[in-house]
Amino acid sequence: MTTPTPPTQLRESATFDRGVIAEIQRAAETGIYDIRGWGAKRALPHFDDLLFLGASVSRYPLEGYREKCDTDVVLGDTHAKFPLHLDIPITIAGMSFGALSGQAKEALGRGASEVGTSTTTGDGGMTPEERGQSKNLVYQYLPSRYGMNPVDLRKADAIEIVLGQGAKPGGGGMLLGQKITDRVAGMRTLPMGVDQRSACRHPDWTGPDDLAIKILELREITNWEKPIYVKVGATRTYYDVKLAVKAGADVVVVDGMQGGTAATQEVFIEHVGIPTLAAIPQAVQALQEMGVHRSVQLIVSGGIRSGADVAKAMALGADAVAIGTAALIALGDNSPRFAEQYGELGSAAGFYDDFQAGRDPAGITTQDPELAKNLDPVQGGRRLANYLRVLTMEAQTLARACGKSHLRNLEPEDLVALTVEASAMARVPLAGTNWIPGRY
Amino acid sequence: MAPTVSTATPTANGVIDLRTSSTREVNELLSSPGAPTRLTITHPEGAHALACGLDADLDVTVDGHVGYYCAGMNQKATVTVTGNAGVGVAENMMSGRVHVKGDASQSAGATAHGGLLVVDGNAAARCGISMKGVDVVVGGNVGHMSAFMGQAGRLVVCGDAGEALGDSIYEARLYVRGTVASLGADCVEKEMRDEHLAELAQLLDAAGMRYQPDEFTRYGSARQLYNFHVDNASAY
Repeated sequence: MTTPTPPTQLRESATFDRGVIAEIQRAAETGIYDIRGWGAKRALPHFDDLLFLGASVSRYPLEGYREKCDTDVVLGDTHAKFPLHLDIPITIAGMSFGALSGQAKEALGRGASEVGTSTTTGDGGMTPEERGQSKNLVYQYLPSRYGMNPVDLRKADAIEIVLGQGAKPGGGGMLLGQKITDRVAGMRTLPMGVDQRSACRHPDWTGPDDLAIKILELREITNWEKPIYVKVGATRTYYDVKLAVKAGADVVVVDGMQGGTAATQEVFIEHVGIPTLAAIPQAVQALQEMGVHRSVQLIVSGGIRSGADVAKAMALGADAVAIGTAALIALGDNSPRFAEQYGELGSAAGFYDDFQAGRDPAGITTQDPELAKNLDPVQGGRRLANYLRVLTMEAQTLARACGKSHLRNLEPEDLVALTVEASAMARVPLAGTNWIPGRY
Repeated sequence: MAPTVSTATPTANGVIDLRTSSTREVNELLSSPGAPTRLTITHPEGAHALACGLDADLDVTVDGHVGYYCAGMNQKATVTVTGNAGVGVAENMMSGRVHVKGDASQSAGATAHGGLLVVDGNAAARCGISMKGVDVVVGGNVGHMSAFMGQAGRLVVCGDAGEALGDSIYEARLYVRGTVASLGADCVEKEMRDEHLAELAQLLDAAGMRYQPDEFTRYGSARQLYNFHVDNASAY
């Protein structure tokens, strides 16, 4: 899309710019807030604001093509009889069948399994395609409990209790009626075509003391076999992580505000939560103070795009990361192949975020069987596996440059920040100084 | 680490005593291939997660009061609690029967997909919250927000219902014999037709409640909030 250039004598308001004006006009016309997919689009302090200090005289680098840099991670070995052993520390975040097509879920499972990592269910339960194609499948336990049953719970390799997600901490979910096909409706025990609201709180417990009992129940039902994750949207991360650990979590998942969603109010996505960069040090501090850093694993998500992001998250103290939006892009989301169709929807390749509408020409965020055919799950899985391999190799490249023989050996001392904001949030010094705002 | 479980779980005449056995041992016994078809658990003293996750045609009696999530996710089994039950009794039950002879705390039968939950006494707030097919029969009263977002199944209240009954309800059917403090969003009184009288009679009979179906009023969804419309914004 091209935006007409205004005559130079006209002055655009910084407060009421064209985007703001268009939103006011849209709101006045429709009477409803804007709902969309994707995650926060505003500029935020992020991993791009950090740099690695490669080895030189004071540190000893590893040879890029000859010396090993391991990538495996074990998740949930504190309480569970069968912890997850992953070959790479990059997992696939929870995304529901319903929000995504069956083909997309299958492709995620195929791609993740090919490189030895895990994928995750979402609201609406577990599909046979997903279970069948996922070597390691994490089963989300959400407030709605749509499709929740003990049979699938026992089929899972781990259980993730979802308290919130980065795109909407404190908010529930909404799957709009246009995506509620017979199959989705059947899995969720609801009439076809109705808007499916997902509650923001769990129906049978409230505070952290109750959470401990809920975790106990899930362990009892699954014979103490499965690692139990607790996922929070990043807000009061320091306290949330401490409470999750105290409640008995094996793994804590922290999702920053750049984390994606299938359908959430724009105002929620852009105005609630804290950036991933700010959340990680809070989580790590909480784990370290409790003496469980590395024994209770930390998975970080929200805006992970490259191996550099993976390496930086791990250097800050994460044991693994999770990707959602980037995984969908790898499958084919926003591909220029569908430029014409995106244009017909009033969007463009690279901008499409109407995941709630169910008209995705890439066949990913849709339940339309014809559109879903546009995604070949085998090819999609292959693309995802390629992408995950690239992320891993990029992270290894950076780790070797820092002299690390395992990704988890990366440390905050390997990082500096480019901006004062990033320095304060990530708690690493501003480049060229030993200054960390708020600390020294 | 997972609690250590003794291989010699003590049972005598189909009785297991929680003073000498742990919840883990009892649950492991009940989920094992050789589980006794009838078992009485004594001295539960409010234990949590007791007899949860059962998946066989067992008859389990808990002689006393239980804590949270007793008989959670039950399949096929019959579980009877002679005392009171804590939060989330029979939560996410799939099938079978759970009978609480005393009172039940909050969220009884939450998100349950099937089976029958009977509470002889009162059930607190959020009874049947997000119910997905379960039948719940309460001999006394239920607290506020009961059957919130109820998707499917039947909730029968032989006493009174608290505020916001059936808020944001989908297709669950509610029957109340006494008064309703208030109805939640999109929940309305509905006509009691013959088929409703018949199904209510069956439910009361199954629960052992001696009331006449025509003493009850039926409530359900007005289906006005199934798809968002700006004119209904004030209802949310």
